[in-house]
Amino acid sequence: MTLHDSQLGRETGAAEALWLSALGLANFRNYERLSLALDRRPVVLTGPNGAGKTNLLEAVSFLSPGRGLRRARLADVARRGGDGSWAVTATLGGAGDDVAIGTGIALGPEGPEATRQLRLNRTPAESTQALLEHLRVVWLTPAMDGLFTGPASDRRRFLDRLVLAVDPRHGERVNAFERAMRGRNRLLADHTADRSWLTAIEAQMAEHGVAVAAARRECVALLAGAIAETQPDGPFPAARLALEGTLETALDGAPASGVEDRYRGALATGRGADRAAGRTLDGPHLSDLAVVHAPKAMEAASCSTGEQKALLIGIVLAHARLVARLSGRTPIVLLDEVAAHLDPERRAALFAILVGLGCQAWMTGTEPAPFTALGDAAQHFAVPEDL
Amino acid sequence: MSRAVAGPEIERLIQLLSKLPGLGPRSARRAALHLIQKKDQLLVPLTQAMEVAVDRVVVCSRCGNVDTSDPCTICSDQRRDPHMLVVVEDVADLWALERAGVLNARYHVLGGTLSPLDGVGPDDLSIDALVERVSADAVTEVILAVNATVEGQTTAHFITDRLAGLPVKVSRLAHGVPVGGELDYLDEGTLSAAIRSRTPF
Ligand SMILES: Nc1ncnc2c1ncn2[C@@H]1O[C@H](COP(=O)(O)OP(=O)(O)OP(=O)(O)O)[C@@H](O)[C@H]1O
Ligand SMILES: [Mg+2]
Repeated sequence: MTLHDSQLGRETGAAEALWLSALGLANFRNYERLSLALDRRPVVLTGPNGAGKTNLLEAVSFLSPGRGLRRARLADVARRGGDGSWAVTATLGGAGDDVAIGTGIALGPEGPEATRQLRLNRTPAESTQALLEHLRVVWLTPAMDGLFTGPASDRRRFLDRLVLAVDPRHGERVNAFERAMRGRNRLLADHTADRSWLTAIEAQMAEHGVAVAAARRECVALLAGAIAETQPDGPFPAARLALEGTLETALDGAPASGVEDRYRGALATGRGADRAAGRTLDGPHLSDLAVVHAPKAMEAASCSTGEQKALLIGIVLAHARLVARLSGRTPIVLLDEVAAHLDPERRAALFAILVGLGCQAWMTGTEPAPFTALGDAAQHFAVPEDL
Repeated sequence: MSRAVAGPEIERLIQLLSKLPGLGPRSARRAALHLIQKKDQLLVPLTQAMEVAVDRVVVCSRCGNVDTSDPCTICSDQRRDPHMLVVVEDVADLWALERAGVLNARYHVLGGTLSPLDGVGPDDLSIDALVERVSADAVTEVILAVNATVEGQTTAHFITDRLAGLPVKVSRLAHGVPVGGELDYLDEGTLSAAIRSRTPF
């Protein structure tokens, strides 16, 4: 059974546990070869700076479509000094029912290939999109610390990843919209463009753009619901989420078909301005996710560093719960350098939530001490000695 | 660099075979060896068949299909409905639809899709010829069997616009063709479902 089949009627049912029962690496970052046997418990990786902890999390993040948690170029992932190919293999336990996954860059006759391959149970899959039928991976890394104060594009990407984990078709929609938009930008730059060609391509932008906006709205509404179930002033403060974007806002008051017509009209009248600007000045590629610290009624960007981190953790945990509920399976949660930076009380709260979710959470830190409270509830590895 | 195991004539054969879809360098090597070992049963007749193909293959001046006659077998088939035209991106799609065998119509091969990013515009496709054909042959129904990609759907929209003034019903494939789906890769069952449930554009 795939996730698509199990999405309905799962709103309240308990999710089936899913975990990685084995992880293998070949020529991945600093690992020439590695094979790790795992059980369903959370995974704790501790070791000195540069030991290879984040690299392991990055490897797991390639079990979802896209460029992984570092958003790296695929060529940079290959081990320096290797032949340019790399591979991550994993076996799923629990609800994954012994699915064997292999992904990476193969070595072709002319050197490393350009696209990431995926094999499911030793059979090639058409695209890495197929991974979402088996498991979902969500993550939080130190690189996301500046999310609330950084550019809107980072929050938009964060949001679209959240949507993708609850709605696997979202990636296709975003790609289709962007492809149509790039085509239109090119046509406008050419000046000679046929008007009915522009009209045709704008119809595609409107269709996919409104679908993108609608999916984001739905995800944000669901996520807000999941956040509302938690204690608002608990260890991880409740976040109030708002989508800022012309299409997302327009969908508040009008049916999708009406918004689509209006956006198509706006694109047609905006051709001159867009041509002059060299880009499209209106659309879902400019939307933003506004986050407010609910108990303090303070916009996230004005919160303290620690408060921002706690807000972000709260969002990621609520999202993990939502993904479990909608997909019927617990997601793999990657938390790079999260636990060690929390005060003991929040850390204990985090562990309790993760154990309660029943998901295989992967956590890193330089010291084992902060994780001793987990005891046998987790599997501990010293990196690199225990690998 | 690996050493050559055979003379340049054989290496050339391997190199050409490896350019065929579905054949990588390794399988091309196997295929070449197989051809050479079965020289009389396979290599000679294949060479002859290819020579004939080189001599006879033409692009149909009506629909853009490839065949050994112009008009092609499909265009000259009198049992086909002359008033129904199925518009496809390329010959591979035409052949895929013929394999599914659900249509008793004639085709029109566009030769690609509108794609600003690839520099393909209306003049690079046989869209004018399509419009001409529709009026000249009194076509009453056009089915746009283009792929469910951004480019395919943009092209479908563009063609619908160009046909707007003519007394013709325009529909497109609906169900079963996934977004980003390529017709050539769909199984026959999905294709016939898509054709049965075509919708007005
Ligand atoms: N492509 C590569 N080939 C070989 N080594 C690499 C490659 N990319 C990164 N490395 C190395 O891998 C090592 C481990 O990196 P990683 O980020 O996993 O460390 P870490 O254990 O998370 O450390 P920290 O505690 O500082 O975050 C680093 O020394 C880095 O230089
Ligand atoms: Mg690290």
